[in-house]
Amino acid sequence: MKYKSVFDIIGPVMIGPSSSHTAGAARIGRVARNLFGREPEWAEIYLYGSFAKTYKGHGTDVALVGGLLDFDTFDERIKQSLNLAALKKMKISFHEEEAVPDHPNTAKLVIGDSKGELELVGISIGGGKIEITELNGFKLRLSGHHPAILVVHDDRFGAIANVANILSKHEMNIGHMEVSRKEKGKMALMVIEVDQNIDDAVITEIEGLPYITQVARIVD
Amino acid sequence: MFRNVAELVEMAETQQKKISTIMIEQEIEITGRTREQIMKQMETNLEVMEKAVERGLEGVKSVSGLTGGDAVLMQEYIKKGNFLSGEVLLDAVSKAVATNEVNAAMGTICATPTAGSAGVVPGTLFAVQKKLKPSHEQKIEFLFTSGAFGFVVANNASISGAAGGCQAEVGSAAGMAAAAIVEMAGGTPAQCAEAMAITLKNMLGLVCDPVAGLVEVPCVKRNAMGAANAMVAADMALAGIKSRIPCDEVISAMFKIGQSMPSALRETGEGGLADTPTGRALAAKIFGMPLTQE
Repeated sequence: MKYKSVFDIIGPVMIGPSSSHTAGAARIGRVARNLFGREPEWAEIYLYGSFAKTYKGHGTDVALVGGLLDFDTFDERIKQSLNLAALKKMKISFHEEEAVPDHPNTAKLVIGDSKGELELVGISIGGGKIEITELNGFKLRLSGHHPAILVVHDDRFGAIANVANILSKHEMNIGHMEVSRKEKGKMALMVIEVDQNIDDAVITEIEGLPYITQVARIVD
Repeated sequence: MFRNVAELVEMAETQQKKISTIMIEQEIEITGRTREQIMKQMETNLEVMEKAVERGLEGVKSVSGLTGGDAVLMQEYIKKGNFLSGEVLLDAVSKAVATNEVNAAMGTICATPTAGSAGVVPGTLFAVQKKLKPSHEQKIEFLFTSGAFGFVVANNASISGAAGGCQAEVGSAAGMAAAAIVEMAGGTPAQCAEAMAITLKNMLGLVCDPVAGLVEVPCVKRNAMGAANAMVAADMALAGIKSRIPCDEVISAMFKIGQSMPSALRETGEGGLADTPTGRALAAKIFGMPLTQE
């Protein structure tokens, strides 16, 4: 079941005009920012399907950038986000893509700064609910509605078990987990959705484990 | 956990509970949150809806200038007393329009189930309350009942205009509202399902064809008619009229119709009303101006 909570249906509280094209877009932008861990200095935003055709009318562009600025769906500042980003000298460009995506509301965000970059593909499936389908080339499914930990690691024995042990020690319940890798023995990604909020201590402990490259947290 | 309307109605009947109670209990079970937390969040959503209607009834204008002010016109018309249909019905229409005019003006609303269809549920709720005089708790329950039916549609079909057309948005919203009106008026869970089925049947095939891609024309008036449709279907169900096609099958038909709709009629702003001479002229005029500043 894609929709689990009644508040996916009666909600979110948001700035208009479109739950999928405005609220969902803000959420995709915000997840990208959270995963990046800081405010990006630049963003290349690729819009597909209905997003590409109607983004101006729906404020999808404004909302995606609002999300990159860490604004929630109901934050009135969303309306001014393009101006606010310009004031912060954030370089943003939009690309209307012709390719037909699997889902009509698809956006690809490539964001970065002098220290690194991140590429993310998100879809807005209706009523403000989103899924993240790709991160740095990895296919994944992330609802964005539960706290989640993303761990980039080397594909080695015990890497997954070590992370699970830490979560178990902190009495954290795993609701959904996915592991994918680019090639056997190379870079891999763990996506762990949990029921509880994730303390800094947990993140620090996971970062200290062998074979772990990068740890990011997404808070509900 | 209920997966379809039949299971939802059966749970309510065998446990002798209201649909809203079943939805609240499922929410507690799924999320692990307390009843108080859940009720509080829905109360906040109710307050957002009340404020949006108030703001719309004061009169708003969208940035494009395409919509705004119709909710006020309707209220003034009701006050004159010469209306032909009914006061509660027209009040629902006015309040649905008020909400969507605020939405189009990039104001704060609560999506029910989406922003483009956010007028129908609160519009009908704040209209029928004058007649039914519900308690504060019953108003919150109204939202859980509509949420329960929307939950089934979202999981078995779609609530996205881009995926399923306007029938998936305003159609779903109207069905949700009809069911919630029936519960508030003292109807049975089965009658709630009949109201939802009758409403949605009359929304089947409705395309999503927004002029200039904006959630304004025809969205605002479709919310008006969604509210009217919900009110009439609720009365029909309360009168004992039944849908020959069961509610779950209507939902499934809606999903299939959405899948066979061409992309031009699914929120791309390319077909239907968007593709009329006036629609195209408006789009050309609007895209020459910034839409993001108030």
